[in-house]
Amino acid sequence: MIYFDNSATTKPYEEVVDVFVKVTNNYFGNPSSIHKLGGESEKLLFQARKVIASILQVKDQEIIFTGSGTEGNNLAIKGIAMEHKNRGKHLITTMIEHASTINTFKQLEKLGFDVTYLPVNQQGIISLTDLERAIREDTILVSVIHVNNELGSIQPIAEIGTLLKKYPKLHFHVDHVQGIAKVPLAIEKCNIDLLTCSGHKFHGLRGTGFLYKRSGVKLSPLFTGGSQEMKLRAGTENVAGIVSMAKALRISIEKYKEKHQEIVQIKNWLMEQLAEVDGVELNTPMEQSAPHIINISILGIKPEVFIHALEKHDIYVSTKSACSSKQSEVSHVLLATGMDENRAKSAIRISFSYQNNLEEAKVFMEVMKKELRQLKKIMGS
Amino acid sequence: MEYNHILIRYGEIGLKGKNRKMFIERLFKNIKVAVKAFPNVKPTMTRDRLFIELNGEDHEAIATKLEKVFGIHSFSLAVKVESDIEEIKKAALSALLNVGKPVNTFKVSAKRPNKTFPVRSQEMNYEVGSYILRNTENITVDVHNPDIDMKVEVRDAFTYITCGDYKGAGGLPVGVGGKVMVMLSGGIDSPVAAYLAMKRGVRIEAIHFHSPPFTSERAKQKVEDLTSVLTEYGGKIKLHVVHFTEIQKMIHQTMPANYSMTIMRRMMLRIAEEIANVNNAKAITTGESLGQVASQTLDSMYTINEVTNMPIIRPLITMDKIEIMDISRKIGTYDISIRPYEDCCTVFLPSAPKTKPKRENANRYEQNAEFEALLKEAVNNVETIEITNETKVEDQQFEDLF
Repeated sequence: MIYFDNSATTKPYEEVVDVFVKVTNNYFGNPSSIHKLGGESEKLLFQARKVIASILQVKDQEIIFTGSGTEGNNLAIKGIAMEHKNRGKHLITTMIEHASTINTFKQLEKLGFDVTYLPVNQQGIISLTDLERAIREDTILVSVIHVNNELGSIQPIAEIGTLLKKYPKLHFHVDHVQGIAKVPLAIEKCNIDLLTCSGHKFHGLRGTGFLYKRSGVKLSPLFTGGSQEMKLRAGTENVAGIVSMAKALRISIEKYKEKHQEIVQIKNWLMEQLAEVDGVELNTPMEQSAPHIINISILGIKPEVFIHALEKHDIYVSTKSACSSKQSEVSHVLLATGMDENRAKSAIRISFSYQNNLEEAKVFMEVMKKELRQLKKIMGS
Repeated sequence: MEYNHILIRYGEIGLKGKNRKMFIERLFKNIKVAVKAFPNVKPTMTRDRLFIELNGEDHEAIATKLEKVFGIHSFSLAVKVESDIEEIKKAALSALLNVGKPVNTFKVSAKRPNKTFPVRSQEMNYEVGSYILRNTENITVDVHNPDIDMKVEVRDAFTYITCGDYKGAGGLPVGVGGKVMVMLSGGIDSPVAAYLAMKRGVRIEAIHFHSPPFTSERAKQKVEDLTSVLTEYGGKIKLHVVHFTEIQKMIHQTMPANYSMTIMRRMMLRIAEEIANVNNAKAITTGESLGQVASQTLDSMYTINEVTNMPIIRPLITMDKIEIMDISRKIGTYDISIRPYEDCCTVFLPSAPKTKPKRENANRYEQNAEFEALLKEAVNNVETIEITNETKVEDQQFEDLF
């Protein structure tokens, strides 16, 4: 099997699954119970928080465990909107956010908030001038995706952070779901107030995630209930999921050091090869893009057909974001970069992890070329 | 050119006369321990400054460590260049550009301890300043309220350029003033007291009273975690856990309820004094604040204090709860302190503890029970845990899970 759909989800590391099973079996106490069993679960929870905080070089109490990236984005965005709406009702985001961000903002618009969606250039990058122009007296939040999940384009988070420092009343949220363990980000240096991550994008399990919240930042919770997670995320903690996520993050960061160059190499090689193929357009920019995502358009061929053609060979790629790929409309991200509808409609996303190698890329290229020839014959182009 | 040095200024210890050398050497040692995790840095010591050569290590991470070292008045990121006016100008420009925040205005303040340097300070302000103005856009000089106050110090063959200071922790280097025994309960106050004691240059050891099964492992863990935070300021710390259950039971069974808290405090103090003696500590530190609870009234303190003539240092004695909480948040103990477990001060708390207990009554009641043997046993069976900064992240029990 060649699995090139790692931006949709990653295969959990074996060690991660083992830890999940062990913790589920041996430490099943509720961390809020005051007996010894509860105490042990709670201790595990503290330790998971410590491990993650120390990897991110932030304070323990700045990590809030969530159930997914979507939840993290919702908690950050709605949390700020609801908590600070008396100070202002203007929010800023970009046109190329993940569905969990865009739709959250759409919902807030219905509740009377005013949202500015920043445009991007051909490379899928926003302009700092646009951002600064958009900021108003009543702006309370700027939310930006770090690495775009479809294109792989990287937003200039450090520069945005420096700019926003001039507006101390404003909060800065970063969707780091695709970036973590792939494109480093110095959270404190970039003046980030909130940052979303999701476990299953770095070989952890689904149903896990965390939100970094700088200490001092006030949020309104999405769920009310018990006092878990500093009262920001009520509900009995998924201890096994959380512990296994900490493990997954730790392994992924180690792999980053070991294997980062290798996936950069795979990406560069594939970009070169793909550029040569007739009818293929590279959508991912060469500069300022993440090492694990390549987006291309194959003109004249329906992406779904191409995906099924590859899956016969046990090769897996995807169209746009998995969270939106079953909807028939054209990717809003690709359209935002100014490409025409035809090209945007025929996009394919190839995404790697540190488990892939160059051999797989070579096989992929061969199969792809062969299948393209076949398909073109049948489709008559 | 990147920042390649950190320049550290002494505060109070600069005034220390003949003992100055001893203070500085201790500070130097403490700094070395604080930056141990960065193998390439090289701290060096001169008469009135300490320098850390960064050799490519992350200066922000090191700054975070230095902010916790007592005895440092302030420190600055510095570019070290040869004392050559052209080199100085270039370095000054890049220092300004690498400062990591938006700069609209600046000023240059040159100093010339090396009087053989041909360009005088006033001229240098002008030369360096105009070089920066020529090579930047939208940046102007403001001598009254600049975003960046750039200091250029020409010392011998080398010149140091800094842009702004980090505030140090102040106080005296931990270890110059002997050792105190801190009574650490797990609440908000006592870790703050420990921190403030260390600020005055003393090394600490901690005592915690543990009463299983009335108090849980989690309460003990909490104190270990608090101690671990304190090690960031004072290096490794010994935590003495006293098993206090039998004494508490005895107090509960034999003492009048309204005096039980007073007697318990007296027992704790007797044990603390004994452990302090064994470990060569010359004082006991507590988190008491005048008037906060029944045991912290003047009458209570007078009665409790009777059992020891060891100095008791109470750094929080005149502070408000709010002030104490602020420090606790700042030093990183607050979130641990508010974990809601019973400790031995709360388990047996009588409904109406005496706020004005009398020494003679306490003495009389104590004679009604045999505490001697129990006290001895508690001291002999103390469990001592050595806590270092590294124990913090890793916990052996769960090692394989992370």
